[in-house]
Amino acid sequence: MKDNTILRTDHLKAYYVLDVHGTKKVAKAVDDISIEIKENEVYGIAGESGCGKSTLLKALFNSVEPPLRLIDGKVYYRVNWDEVEVTSLSPEEKRKLRMEYISYIPQGSMSVFNPVQKIKETYKDFITSHVGGQSRDEMYELAQKHIVELGLPKNILETYPHQLSGGMRQRVTIALAALLKPRIMIGDEPTTALDVIVQRGVIQLLKDIQAKLKNTIIMVTHDMGVHANVADRIGIMYAGKIVEEGTTENIFERPFHPYTQFLINSLPKFGDKRDRESVPGSPPNLTDLPGGCPFHPRCPHVMEICTKEMPGFCRPIEDHRVACWLIGEGEHGQAA
Amino acid sequence: MDKLLEVNQLTKIYAQGSLIARTLITAADNISFYIKPAEIFTLAGESGCGKTTTSKIILGFEEASSGKVLHKGREKGPKEKVWLTSGVQAIFQDPFSTFNPLRTVDSYFFETVQNYKLAETQKEAIDIIDTKLQMVGLSYKEFAGKYPNEFSGGQLQRISIARSLLTDPQLLIADEPVSMVDASLRMAIVNLFKKLRDEYGVSVLYITHDLATAYYVSDRIAIMFRGNIVEMGSVEQVLMDPKHPYTRLLRDSIPQADPKKRWKDRITLAELEQDEYLRQGCKFAGRCPQVMDICKQKIPADVIVDGVQVRCHKYG
Amino acid sequence: MKVLRDLFKDYRFGLSFIVLIILLIMAILSFFSPYDPGVWGAVPRDLPPSWEHWLGTDSNGQDIFWNATHAIRNSLIVSLIASMVSRVVAILVGMVAGYVGGSTDRVLMFISDSLLVIPLFLIMVMLSMLVRQFMSLVVLGLLLSIFGWAWDARVIRSLILSLREREFTHTAILSGTGTVKLVLNEYMPFATPLIFSTVINNISWAIGLEMTLAILGLVKLTVPTLGTMLNWAINYQAILLGRWWWVLTPVVLSLLLFIALYWLSTSISEYLDPRTRIQRVGA
Repeated sequence: MKDNTILRTDHLKAYYVLDVHGTKKVAKAVDDISIEIKENEVYGIAGESGCGKSTLLKALFNSVEPPLRLIDGKVYYRVNWDEVEVTSLSPEEKRKLRMEYISYIPQGSMSVFNPVQKIKETYKDFITSHVGGQSRDEMYELAQKHIVELGLPKNILETYPHQLSGGMRQRVTIALAALLKPRIMIGDEPTTALDVIVQRGVIQLLKDIQAKLKNTIIMVTHDMGVHANVADRIGIMYAGKIVEEGTTENIFERPFHPYTQFLINSLPKFGDKRDRESVPGSPPNLTDLPGGCPFHPRCPHVMEICTKEMPGFCRPIEDHRVACWLIGEGEHGQAA
Repeated sequence: MDKLLEVNQLTKIYAQGSLIARTLITAADNISFYIKPAEIFTLAGESGCGKTTTSKIILGFEEASSGKVLHKGREKGPKEKVWLTSGVQAIFQDPFSTFNPLRTVDSYFFETVQNYKLAETQKEAIDIIDTKLQMVGLSYKEFAGKYPNEFSGGQLQRISIARSLLTDPQLLIADEPVSMVDASLRMAIVNLFKKLRDEYGVSVLYITHDLATAYYVSDRIAIMFRGNIVEMGSVEQVLMDPKHPYTRLLRDSIPQADPKKRWKDRITLAELEQDEYLRQGCKFAGRCPQVMDICKQKIPADVIVDGVQVRCHKYG
Repeated sequence: MKVLRDLFKDYRFGLSFIVLIILLIMAILSFFSPYDPGVWGAVPRDLPPSWEHWLGTDSNGQDIFWNATHAIRNSLIVSLIASMVSRVVAILVGMVAGYVGGSTDRVLMFISDSLLVIPLFLIMVMLSMLVRQFMSLVVLGLLLSIFGWAWDARVIRSLILSLREREFTHTAILSGTGTVKLVLNEYMPFATPLIFSTVINNISWAIGLEMTLAILGLVKLTVPTLGTMLNWAINYQAILLGRWWWVLTPVVLSLLLFIALYWLSTSISEYLDPRTRIQRVGA
């Protein structure tokens, strides 16, 4: 493990095994993914709905529960200079790592708070379960200080969840995820379904937290505009695989993979009313993937080999990898 | 000039709370606008601005507290079913909720054909349905007998548009049609609106909070904030050179897909959005970077500046 | 047929199905009974089970097995009438109250709530004493149905209230569908599992109530039902006198019936639950 890597996966495979009244179906949500995520960076994962992004996050957070199964591969965290393989930890060890080392902001995190309790109770719960030996007043002070430092209104702890708007609840949830100063924060579409101005406020908060704690944020969203504003490096996911990965500047400046090109060009730009096209076709069904490169049915540059074999990674420029036969023949399964 | 739809000083007031502590929320405050034939008009704003309330009143699903709605010059009655009388149809935000998950999607099409007496025989009905499906880029063969969960969100939304086109409406009300669709697939649906306007002369009332697609597809736009239309005019003028401070903030907050155009300034968000509704003067006064004393006391009147209508004390 | 195959995978459905088929066969056999249940003294009294009389005979001089076939048939008729009629009323009231709302809703719910709150048993006793002379299977069924609809009407109403806010209601309205057709086409598929499970529960309830009334002697005792058989057995002190075949027959039969109906209703309503159904649809 390189010195500044904080999370690493090695040929990770996690599938959903579904049994619907006798018929068995397997959804290959995470299909042979090897990534390395560095300290003090914001890593964005982009892709359409149903490509497996949320499942990848669950696997990274080490929360794999049926019908999701870990088929193969390993996940490593760097905890205090040691590399720890986390998939085989006991539930108690896993629990300790959560919130203190790695925290998770789920999609639609509106329901994180108990609707019949004030916000401060949930905060106190988190503090007590991870940092013992504090009186109730001390815990309240801790939570209060944390909230104010992040620029949220002072009295938010005294309110009930339903009194807050969606955007405010989201920010309070993110503040809660940062409470114990975790080294990694994972966000699953944290700004989807928020208003534009509120989204900007939430992203501003995330950036503030990252700058203050100098930790790593892994963020999943299908909105490339959000990635452009917040991510340092981006990984493009398609049908359970990473198809391109590089710095934000390079991804937007010179996207190599046809799918990445489509993702970027399908977004409207201000001042430009020229005709644009969506990505053609529909996202693939993870239980019924085509052979070879899973993007080939929708790819305008499809070749014979694309229908037969999945390309490996090649590195056209430094710190950038693409899995596409157009770019070159890569080596299979090579980690970044 | 023919006005397909005209909304005149529409106001809707809701009462919230119990018998003892009631607050009155003005969801729509003196809304006036019109839509011409073969035009895409956007009603834009964030959640809670009153755009959905306005669209429900135009459709007839809710009643206004005061004001008039006129379809093709004729005033709409309070319980009038405008989809039957005035060639108006609508599509909604959540494509999966638009169709009953326990029914096949085509059953709605056949129902529409039957209810509006659009065909005499089964074969005629299928022909009409197929024509409309082709207009949105689908075909009858790949659609017949299927349930909603067999389609993707984008496909369902296009199917929803096809259904609304069955009666050849002149006005299509699209309430947040792309909010639940992936950003990369929105173009397909929004391009359809362009096609409907250019090839079939259909007008679209596009209700959204996504200014990027609004810029791309609309002719004119009205920006709403807490029940008020704060700015209205051609989309080029309103979005390229915003006059109202809220429009400017809204436009600047759209994340651009270009790392060179990252946000540079910091913003403050409203603390409790409910409070903004209850302000006496301009509802944006709490956050406006150019607020003046009069803003907190009086709601500004509508003025025309450079062909754009603005509701702001800066200009009046 | 795929439906039946899926249902049979649940052991509860399989077992209850078999038991009910057996009971149904017994009920149908009653049409071929060599003895008329209205005639007493047709056979020697108080004989234990033998090859000639499979379940023995009772103190009235009737063959218990053939009497039981009539009893099952009649109990089923009463409970079917009771549950069908109360189902229909519950659906009508629930859907109208839920969809129309306003004062119609309030009035209907007032009536339904009153029926829920009134002590059922006392009213039943009173009413059955009043109509005793006209008492027949059908009348008894209708009597029981008066009290069977109130609960389900409220449940169906809540279902309609939530479905009314879903967007597909608007789609159906925009498609030009009238109110009645809308409620039937859009909401019934959601209401079906509910109605199904309550039908079967209602049948159980009706049988139970009938048996209670019969044991108290409030129904026409000459017509054999599961309840009247038990009534006669108790009256003639069958337990004390060791004539177990007379007491056990109605008890065991009704136990089998209740358990089978319960398992049937839970397995079917689990199968029909819209959430699992939606997962299966198109799979």
